[in-house]
Amino acid sequence: MPTYLRQTRQVAITLFAVFFFTSLILLISGAPPLSAYYHILRGSLGSWNKISHVIKGWIPLTLCGCGLLFTFRIGLWNIGVEGQVMMGAVFSTALLRLGLQSQSPGLFLAMSLAAGVLGGAAWAVIAGFLKTKGDVNEIFAGLGLNFVAQGIILWLIFGPWRRPGVASMSGTETFPVALWLPKLSSLRLSPPALVIVIVALIATGLLLRYTRIGLNLKAIGNNPNAAFLFGLKPGRYMIVAMVFAGGFAGLAGSLQVSGVYHRLLPAISSNYGYLALLVVMLCNYNIWLVPLVAFFFACLNVGSIQLPMVLQLDSSLAGVIQGALVLAILGVYAWRQQNRRAQSAESIGHRA
Amino acid sequence: MRIELKDIHKHYGPVKANDGISFTVAPGRIHGILGENGAGKSTLMKVLVGFSQKTSGLILLDGKPVDYKNPARAAELGIGMLYQDPLDFPLLTVIENFMLGQTGGFSWPQKVFHKQFAGLARAFNFSLDPDTSLKILTIGERQQLELLRLLALGIEVLILDEPTTGISSLQKATLFAALKKLASEGKSVILVSHKLEDVQVLCDKVTVLRQGKVTGEMTPPFQADGLLEMMFGTPPAQPDRQHLTPGADVLVMTDVSGSGGRTGLKDCDVVIRQGEIVALAGLEGSGQGVFLRIAGGLKLATSGCIRLQGCDMTHRDHHMFQRQGVTFLPADRLEEGLIPGLSITEHFALLADRKGPVVKWHQARQAAAEHIKAFRVKGRPDSEVQDLSGGNQQRLLLSFLPSAPVLLLLENPTRGLDVDSINWVWQHLQAYCHRHTGIVFSSSELDEILMVADRVLVFFNGRIIMDVEASRTDVQELGRAIAGNVAVGAA
Repeated sequence: MPTYLRQTRQVAITLFAVFFFTSLILLISGAPPLSAYYHILRGSLGSWNKISHVIKGWIPLTLCGCGLLFTFRIGLWNIGVEGQVMMGAVFSTALLRLGLQSQSPGLFLAMSLAAGVLGGAAWAVIAGFLKTKGDVNEIFAGLGLNFVAQGIILWLIFGPWRRPGVASMSGTETFPVALWLPKLSSLRLSPPALVIVIVALIATGLLLRYTRIGLNLKAIGNNPNAAFLFGLKPGRYMIVAMVFAGGFAGLAGSLQVSGVYHRLLPAISSNYGYLALLVVMLCNYNIWLVPLVAFFFACLNVGSIQLPMVLQLDSSLAGVIQGALVLAILGVYAWRQQNRRAQSAESIGHRA
Repeated sequence: MRIELKDIHKHYGPVKANDGISFTVAPGRIHGILGENGAGKSTLMKVLVGFSQKTSGLILLDGKPVDYKNPARAAELGIGMLYQDPLDFPLLTVIENFMLGQTGGFSWPQKVFHKQFAGLARAFNFSLDPDTSLKILTIGERQQLELLRLLALGIEVLILDEPTTGISSLQKATLFAALKKLASEGKSVILVSHKLEDVQVLCDKVTVLRQGKVTGEMTPPFQADGLLEMMFGTPPAQPDRQHLTPGADVLVMTDVSGSGGRTGLKDCDVVIRQGEIVALAGLEGSGQGVFLRIAGGLKLATSGCIRLQGCDMTHRDHHMFQRQGVTFLPADRLEEGLIPGLSITEHFALLADRKGPVVKWHQARQAAAEHIKAFRVKGRPDSEVQDLSGGNQQRLLLSFLPSAPVLLLLENPTRGLDVDSINWVWQHLQAYCHRHTGIVFSSSELDEILMVADRVLVFFNGRIIMDVEASRTDVQELGRAIAGNVAVGAA
């Protein structure tokens, strides 16, 4: 498969650029790059415990990535994915709070997942309608809604849902264990969450490849005018894409509450939404690369936490490395665009 | 300054926008470039002014070959262009716009510029206040300002692109006087237009372009018939098809007006019947596009009534029209007709009946293979449509047509195709008439119109000013009608 080879090559080039830039930055800040990489590797994959940390980050990243594939397909920049994660978490928390006194916590756990999907989707649909009915760019709408979602979370934590006695940034009161997603006790990893992600990946792949929704999203994304002449309604499918993106993001938020933190935190989304945007772009919108790249990002995230402790580097360096990562990816992205343009110009030249 | 063009080619992919254009403009002359939209005038001007790069050919200034890559370099050589929409800065004042491009360094000697501006404006009889904001000027005044600015830059070859569009008749007279004065000072002026009357009163020589090639030159006295023939081609030898008797009314438009395009559509009363081929003639943007889009429900009429086979469709959208058997084929194949990035198979999957949530890829692939064969498309089912040539894209679009539509609306269905492909397209389309389909198409080729149409509607400034059977008219009469001259009684 030549296209797969080409994509693999592109990913390899991107990774090389990433390492080049990060090495440069590490050298400038006086850290030996090789030992830094060694510590990142050891800090992320050095023990089962650390691997389970990585997987805990991989789960929301991959879920958000699945959702973003729908919006990128139709040509929407769903920056609001971050807020959709948060609203998923809020809706889930609300449901779990209702289940505090209940005799069947399993039921409320399941309902909290559904509520998370609903919350994320509802939040995404707001941006969708602003786009289709109000002609508001989805990037601005999404960014605005992210701030609103963050505001709602802070208000809930310090207002109606505050801990008895002390309201603090550490979040709401922890739920009783009965309302936690089941975990492998040794690894603090939740098998149901893993199953959900794998199902989500397969479902996304099938939906995009084999159903009318996938084909129609692609058609509208590539040429809304022509798609309209083919009998499709672009506005309607934009909402559909937003529902899927928001649903998956909401599910990620929901799992953060019931599977990881067991309470609502101000930083419940941990910027996984934004990071997922980069993951999907890096994958060139190819679903089968999403879990791999998401895993790589999660490793970097977890591994770089070690750097300040082991190498006495300032802790902000982790952020700088991630920034370099983003720049490298965007650079390769621009290069690829230019390449493609040159290629198509050439092929036209051959025909002429 | 003498400017010579030798064998200029400009190709956009497979499209030859300029195909070997040569002409010479002597100093002190006003040279007209005449041609229909799409004839290659704009492309040629862009090449001349350095906006785009020619594929091959030579430009000589006073006998010396020159090569430049951008408009700034062209201006240094003395070539400047007045665009249809003047390229100026609305937030600045008149004098500030005038100074642009002339200022270097840090100090701007305002007084010098004021003096220069006043002198030039007086010489050309332009009354422009240097301190007003550009926002309140008319297009004609902005044009005058731009002209002065170009002269101050030392332009020797002045190119004007459709300069009389959107200005008052008084401004037009002032502009023409200014151009004559420039020519008398030894500057070369190139006037690009599709308006016969402008060219006739102003030019010392005219070069006519058609489909990217020079079709002829003429010096005064200009004969309108001769120029029209060069613009639109010679009449065909023999119309070679049997004309069917039109059947029942398919589309009835009563007093329909609409907005959009350059002119909109005004008070249109038209009946299209079964088995009839109706051609829409007229300069590009005279209302044909708006007509087709209103007839297909892609645009809402601002007033009037549209009936389709007796049903009132006035405020329905395109998808409703589709369900009633109306198919619209846009002129812009990759912008509106096809979906770049999708394969031929995927296009057929979109067209297939929409039952069930799952795409029947196997059927779509089969349909794609069958249509590729039947319509002689050079491509494979998995070819992406942007990789096909223009002719193959058009064939592919035609292969999407349903087998028995009620009404076909085709916007420039043969633009950019070679003669063989055009004949093939019409053979295919005429078969629809036997199935009682009404066909409406727009075209800028009068030969084509006279060859295939039963009836011709001529558009001028958004109105239908002529509705005539194709067998009772000829290229000359249509050409005059297109330019707005209708003999009494013909309408």
